[in-house]
Amino acid sequence: MSSYPLLSLAIWIPVAAGFAVLATGADRNATLARRLALAGALLGFLVTLPLYAYFDVTSSAMQFEEIHAWIPHFSARYHLGVDGISLLFILLNSFVTLLVVLAGWRVIENRVAQYHAAFLIMSGLMNGIFSALDGLLFYVFFEASLIPLYLIIGVWGGPRRVYAAIKFFLYTLLGSLLFLVAILYLFIRSGSFVILDWHVLPLALHEQIWLFVAFLLAFAVKVPMFPLHTWLPDAHVEAPTGGSVVLAAIALKLGAYGFVRFSLPITPDAAHELAGLMIVLSLIAVLYIGLIALAQTDMKKLVAYSSISHMGFVTLGFFLFSAMSIEGALAQMISHGFVSAAMFLCIGVLYDRMHSRQIADYGGVAQTMPKFAALFVLFAMANAGLPATSGFVGEFMVILAAVESSFWIAAAAASTLIIGAAYTLWMVKRVIFGAVANDAVRALADINRREFFILALLALCVLGMGLYPQAFTKVMHVSVNDLLQHLVLKKY
Amino acid sequence: MEIKTLALVVVLAPLVGALVSGLFCRMIPRWLAAGAAITGVAMAFIASLPVFQAIQGGESFNFPLYTWLSTGDFQFQVGFLLDSLTATLMLVVTFVSLMVHIYTLGYMRDDPGYNRFFCYLSLFTFSMLMLVMANNFMQLFFGWEAVGLVSYLLIGFWYTRPTAIAASLKAFLLNRVGDFGFLLCIGLVLASFGSLDYATVFARTAWVQGALLPGTDWSLITVICICLFVGAMGKSAQAPLHAWLPDSMEGPTPISALIHAATMVTAGIFMVARMSPLFELSTTVLAFIMFIGAITALFMGFLGIIQNDIKRVIAYSTLSQLGYMTVALGASAYSAAIFHLMTHAFFKALLFLAAGSVIIGMRHDQDMRRMGGLKKYMPFTHWTCLIGTLALIGAPFFSGFYSKDAIIEVVSLSTIPGSGFAYFALLAGVVVTAFYSFRLYFLVFHGKERFGKAHTEHGRDSHADHDEHHGLAAGETPRESPRVVTLPLIALAIPSVLIGFFTLAPLLVGDFFDGVIYVDDAAHGAMAAFAAEFHGAGTMTLHALNSPAFWLAASGVALAWFFYLKRPDIPAALQRRFSGLHAVLEQKYFIDRIYETVFAGGARLIGRGLWRGVDVAIIDSLAVNGAARVIGWGAALLRRLQTGYVHHYAFTMIIGLAVFIGLWVSFPLLFGMGMQEWWWRWIYAR
Repeated sequence: MSSYPLLSLAIWIPVAAGFAVLATGADRNATLARRLALAGALLGFLVTLPLYAYFDVTSSAMQFEEIHAWIPHFSARYHLGVDGISLLFILLNSFVTLLVVLAGWRVIENRVAQYHAAFLIMSGLMNGIFSALDGLLFYVFFEASLIPLYLIIGVWGGPRRVYAAIKFFLYTLLGSLLFLVAILYLFIRSGSFVILDWHVLPLALHEQIWLFVAFLLAFAVKVPMFPLHTWLPDAHVEAPTGGSVVLAAIALKLGAYGFVRFSLPITPDAAHELAGLMIVLSLIAVLYIGLIALAQTDMKKLVAYSSISHMGFVTLGFFLFSAMSIEGALAQMISHGFVSAAMFLCIGVLYDRMHSRQIADYGGVAQTMPKFAALFVLFAMANAGLPATSGFVGEFMVILAAVESSFWIAAAAASTLIIGAAYTLWMVKRVIFGAVANDAVRALADINRREFFILALLALCVLGMGLYPQAFTKVMHVSVNDLLQHLVLKKY
Repeated sequence: MEIKTLALVVVLAPLVGALVSGLFCRMIPRWLAAGAAITGVAMAFIASLPVFQAIQGGESFNFPLYTWLSTGDFQFQVGFLLDSLTATLMLVVTFVSLMVHIYTLGYMRDDPGYNRFFCYLSLFTFSMLMLVMANNFMQLFFGWEAVGLVSYLLIGFWYTRPTAIAASLKAFLLNRVGDFGFLLCIGLVLASFGSLDYATVFARTAWVQGALLPGTDWSLITVICICLFVGAMGKSAQAPLHAWLPDSMEGPTPISALIHAATMVTAGIFMVARMSPLFELSTTVLAFIMFIGAITALFMGFLGIIQNDIKRVIAYSTLSQLGYMTVALGASAYSAAIFHLMTHAFFKALLFLAAGSVIIGMRHDQDMRRMGGLKKYMPFTHWTCLIGTLALIGAPFFSGFYSKDAIIEVVSLSTIPGSGFAYFALLAGVVVTAFYSFRLYFLVFHGKERFGKAHTEHGRDSHADHDEHHGLAAGETPRESPRVVTLPLIALAIPSVLIGFFTLAPLLVGDFFDGVIYVDDAAHGAMAAFAAEFHGAGTMTLHALNSPAFWLAASGVALAWFFYLKRPDIPAALQRRFSGLHAVLEQKYFIDRIYETVFAGGARLIGRGLWRGVDVAIIDSLAVNGAARVIGWGAALLRRLQTGYVHHYAFTMIIGLAVFIGLWVSFPLLFGMGMQEWWWRWIYAR
């Protein structure tokens, strides 16, 4: 299996399919565009399955590696490969793309080909981010993936889409410019763009600190971490459903992935130096953002803030530096991919029918949409971290690991048990339960077969991961241990 | 059959029942959904019997099923521990659940959510069994949260009623406050013992002797046990986390019987008994437990006196009885707590189901002020309800007598700080319990018939307001409920009478719980002292006449008779005379109000403040858009330079060139080196 360039296929099949869809042109060919997009997304997902099936869980080395010359002058190469940390994100990304294409099937009526093409191309580029082992290649993918998302928000978004799109673009660009400076510095120091070489590159503490801060700004914007998070609620609110799904499920993971691929192994001593700061910022995300989520009146904003709060567990887990905490953080990332995607899809289902995201416009949806209500309550419970759903796994691991370093960190983090349940279930109460609020709600039609299929698929993922998380974490063990080895060695 | 297979049947049969009736709830007919659920629970009950048989003689079975998660050095497994404690609970849970399932056939007959209700019921049974059969903390927590989820769904079962969905949210959040402590405890257990398996943890209790919580001077084991008990306080509704339980009466009555009386709310009691090897290490925590239990037992009882909703009276009596169990835990009388848990499960389920039967008879009117004289119309309900009431107040020969008297006896022997107060609170609680229980009994079944009048004003507790059809029409009389309702009542009445007498000796002073419940007799000798004085259940019954509890209960009953049958004008007069006190009780000590305004309201206020004040005003407006604005102004300034006149540009260029050449020439003079060299040195300087 390793003889096939699976990673290249995972990147370029969606991109090629995206251009093919684009070629169908105007909206009179919309049906063809949709079918082509579905075929491309499905094929793109299928080629990632062998990655999991043939992944060697006993090896910490990069697997399915592909190396080709790219820019010999800078010794930059087209170098791909995955380890136990990046593997699952490629699968998640390809899976979510499939759902997004399905979710936009009947909903998007304007510029259908362009819409689907943007998602497919973005999907390929994001697979590129998760599999690039060359710093420059990573940077190219990292920046290129911004463009489709920018277009998705700016073209198919809500009334304030231009403001949101520009805010999103500038925010992320600002961070990634510093990231470029950092990788150029690393290139000058090591004479190579190979990320794995940088992992073993000796660096003085002050160098590490500068690099860490540059990385931090790039990744903290993406995650997003307090106080660089204010672009996210705006972007989510204005983005179309599919855009929100990809933004929450995948784009936020890019920042977190950056921490494990760059910050922790390349600048381990700086990471130890600044761990206190990172932990405080993570706890602010959990507590402060959680309280803000409580005050939201717009469903999408509420889920957006809840996303930031959940991502706080990811960064908290990374900077507790133990196997359980890092694996917990990675599990939280996967789970958040499922749960936030499901939450945004659910809100999309409601928005398609009512054209409102205001909680106050709803009430008693359970009476007119019982199937939808059952699934929505399930996802809400996963969002509140109920055991047997995926949402529990990561939070459980991170909180348990936190107790080992400090009881008080754990206590602050565990408050999400109360706050998370409060904002999620209060929304459920106001939207789903109660008497039918108005005639618009009374006229609602329950989810159709396509919507049911998408949400049921996610429900299976959420429950499956909750009941048997071992299937997800077993691929991580060796790579996380390897990462921990890098973290304990001093680099200067 | 092998014990492992049996255990799997016990757990999975209700789950299958729940899945069948739940996943296909809109496709299958009612009989199939009900049939699937009842079959599942019946199978669980039948499979529990041989398990109970197998553990006789001190045997226990501990086996893993699968590895849920492994990470770092830790393994989290899903597995079962079957011992005398588990097997007892399995029987109680499956039996009561089976009775409630059957009863539901009648109670929910006309409800459109019939199939869904059976799904939840079976799902609850599955979750509760996972909770009691767990062999590790992680799985216990899973069951713990799962019963909380089903409780949430069932309290809000009639999800169009605003009161019901508010109550369900409140129940979930207050339980989450408890779970917060529980989860931290799990973290501390893992950090201190390196495992979450009961067996491993209990074998390593010596590891934490004298240890302190890092960074503090608090005893580690005390912190662990306090966190654990906070979890128990949430689930077992101990003050001040009790406020959700009375409101949970918004759920259908079968649920109040199964979840909010017999099983789920006793999970906290079970958990503390299960963790007895940990709790025995900290007398401080035991004293704390006893204090909380005593407060709950007495003060929640007071609230029962003024309720007019038949279910709420029983709900407050549940709170009070849970307080009794908690006090027993505090006195290290874990077996007495479990004993009371068991007898209480039967008679309280009986009382709730009897109340449900009354509610059916009254056409979903729950206000006792509109009942009276029902004895004549509902004989089965009346007699079974009387049995339940007698068991509750601890009348001799009834099961509640043995369990409650044992607890009072043990507490009087206890030397733990605060046991004097607890003893007093429990004795006072006996009067209160007898008073409100018989107040209910007299108001409902005796006295003047007050039903059947067209009523315009509703009782303030009446939450039937949202039902379209409720209450008896003028001239209508209540009718006895169908057999499907009365048979479970009879089936529950039998153990309510008998089980106490027959299981008292083996459970409390025998070796039934040997090796399962651990008591440090040297430090907490109350239970041992009780065993030394014990001369059999028969003697205990005969000595009832000498015990203060008996006379206190009797006086409570007499008082209720005097107030509600003999002189019904007195309560109203008292209420007027002590209107201040009545208001405090009416407002439930203002605890609900405090939660709503201070905690819920406060959190929303802080959230809104942080959002508008920090996120929007400071970060977004000032920093982000501010930066954009500053750049905008800067650009506007610079734009002035772009005049478009060639001579302006030419002039600027000449000046620039002049400055640059000037610098180039003067650099060696100023710094002793060329510009380029200076630049490189500056860059590489540390």
